[in-house]
Amino acid sequence: MTSSTSTSNKTISKSIWDFFCSLKLTMFTFITLAVLSIIGTVIPQGTPPPEYLQTISPAKLAFYQSLGFFNMYHSWWFILLLSLLSINLIACSIKRLPHIWKTITQPVMVMSDSLEKTLSNCTTIITLGDAATLKDRVANVLKAEFADPVITENDGAFHLFAQKSPWSRLAVYAVHLSVLVIFIGAIIGSLFGYKGFVNIIEGQTISNVMSRSDKEIDLGFALRCEQFSVAHYSTGAPKEFKSIITVLENGRPVPNYTNVRVIVNDPLTYKGITFYQSSYGNAGEYFFTASDLSGKDGVTFQVDRNSSVTLPDGSSMHIIEETDDVSKFVPNLTGPAVQVEIHDPRGGSEKVIVYANHPELNIQHAKEHNGGLVLQYKGANKKMYTGLQVAKDPGVWIVWVGCILMMVGIYAAFFMSHRRIWVRVNNGTVTIGGNASKNQGGFQLFMEQLLTKIKKQLPMEDNK
Amino acid sequence: MTSSLLFNITTLLYLASMLAFFAFIANRAKAFGTAGSVIAFGGLLLQTIAIGLRWKESYILGAGHAPLANLYESVVFFSWTIVLIYGLLDLKYRYRVIGAFVMPFALLGMAWAQLGLNSGIEPLVPALQSNWLIYHVITCFLGYAAFAVACGISIMYLIRERHERSTPANDQSIVAIFPTSRVLDDLNYKSIMIGFPLLTLGIITGAVWANYAWGTYWSWDPKETWSLIVWFIYAAFLHARITRGWAGRRAAWLSIIGFAATIFCYLGVNLLLSGLHSYGG
Repeated sequence: MTSSTSTSNKTISKSIWDFFCSLKLTMFTFITLAVLSIIGTVIPQGTPPPEYLQTISPAKLAFYQSLGFFNMYHSWWFILLLSLLSINLIACSIKRLPHIWKTITQPVMVMSDSLEKTLSNCTTIITLGDAATLKDRVANVLKAEFADPVITENDGAFHLFAQKSPWSRLAVYAVHLSVLVIFIGAIIGSLFGYKGFVNIIEGQTISNVMSRSDKEIDLGFALRCEQFSVAHYSTGAPKEFKSIITVLENGRPVPNYTNVRVIVNDPLTYKGITFYQSSYGNAGEYFFTASDLSGKDGVTFQVDRNSSVTLPDGSSMHIIEETDDVSKFVPNLTGPAVQVEIHDPRGGSEKVIVYANHPELNIQHAKEHNGGLVLQYKGANKKMYTGLQVAKDPGVWIVWVGCILMMVGIYAAFFMSHRRIWVRVNNGTVTIGGNASKNQGGFQLFMEQLLTKIKKQLPMEDNK
Repeated sequence: MTSSLLFNITTLLYLASMLAFFAFIANRAKAFGTAGSVIAFGGLLLQTIAIGLRWKESYILGAGHAPLANLYESVVFFSWTIVLIYGLLDLKYRYRVIGAFVMPFALLGMAWAQLGLNSGIEPLVPALQSNWLIYHVITCFLGYAAFAVACGISIMYLIRERHERSTPANDQSIVAIFPTSRVLDDLNYKSIMIGFPLLTLGIITGAVWANYAWGTYWSWDPKETWSLIVWFIYAAFLHARITRGWAGRRAAWLSIIGFAATIFCYLGVNLLLSGLHSYGG
């Protein structure tokens, strides 16, 4: 009873082990990962945009959300599949590695009858002379053409064994290991690093950035944007987005980190945190006066590019567009102008052009509209802001190590072969056979040439 | 002489090469097979010169960059890599008739580029101003091209294998000059063995570049994800070689599906999905 239970336990644990070692699981995981990955390329990831949400029904939305489709590459089932892949490749490696390791470190150096039968290219040469002389001649050819052989004497016969790149058998495990190394690097990055974003207006200094999960992160130093500029090609296409950045410690510029040029494809790294040129925008300040039709009760006020102000009559106003030279739009007029949008408290809104050089037009507009509030444009303090992507990833070097290991491993696994040659030398006979872990055809050709060269060195009947 | 003219002649040469290969299958006269290969190599040489010339022309226009920057240039380069990989296979294994199933891909690319795409030389937008562009594009497209060749060979395999099953050894059949199904199965595997390391290197160079330019080596952008899907499919193919059950017909289908995914990764993602890899074309 007890023994049968333990046997069935053993059977169950063995079948679980076999399941995790199986190539069927590998195939299943690869194909499932490939098919399921498509979801995230069709459904937008992250916070879905409102336009997208309008196209799907609430039931569908709830269904997608419950399955984590909007963040599918971090969903439990995707992570589970990646874990399954990792367990699978670890289990396979544990199962096969000891045998491979033995093949490499304890090679069979004597060609037994049973080994001889497995070698399809085994050839016996009938020759003259005693085994001791013959083995030296064969050894010399092997040394010159292939690899230095190990010679063992056994039952009056000499056994020669030579091999090349035995460690190439480990290559496939190096590839498996590299996948795990990359995963470890990615996990370290997500645990100890962050991705963030910061907008800095020209002249402004910041010391905090916003992480992707909307958390304020203190950099531990400060960053000042000295200048931002965009250069264009003659076609009008953008040529360069450039921020000039200074790093400050305790309010003082850090030497070598003062007025650093940051452009797309050329970031700034300081204390393990890297800043990437990512976006930009207008952060100008616009000045106006507002008065009644007679010009009395005038007030001066400022509107920032990306915010709005409340006017004396209770309506609110923000900037839509600006120009230094309105004649591009209206031929007979000159000077700067801005287009603003005014929302009155009752819910109406209108777009108005406010001129700097044409007060009469501003007054005329006021007469025709909105009860007589006259706006005059007084010019702008032009400023840009730069948008920088911020990243800290202490795991990235581990990922690169994994990538290099993967490339070296794939190369060795595909294009290098463990080649072994055994020779048994008796008085008057030389038996040669060999095998290769890959590229059988190429090895076959090599063996044929080697055989010809060995024959030339052996005392033959014909050679006399 | 302009690169545009040379690209047009290249397209015609690829057409001639394909027709010669078709004639080779139809009447099995060796001369047609040789002509197909020779014309393909001539086209490859001419296209190489044309790509070099376009590179030079871009400098004359003041937009100097390697011609790998928009959809037109990438399609032309893809055709070039397909003929290159086919040429290497032809030199090594001498199975001429494979050209009949590979040259159509190269011709399709060139014809689409010359007739349907905007061939203007544009200056590089800031995002592409990096040497990583060259490493990334070359490795990816050499990988894609090896998969194109593998796909052509797999189609041949399926045709040949069907004939082998239905009609016992028939010298008159059109597949008589095809390599045996065993050889085709092996060539499919060999092509993927060339493509897979190149695709891996392409993904890695892309990751290195993304990390350098954007601060993140992997952001699950649709292009990145599709390249990983392609990688999974060919990884499955390579592992399938270990089990005998997945050789032959199933391996051929996996190779064809893999190339379909490759094409979607290359074109479908840009034309149908949105993301970081826009070709501006």
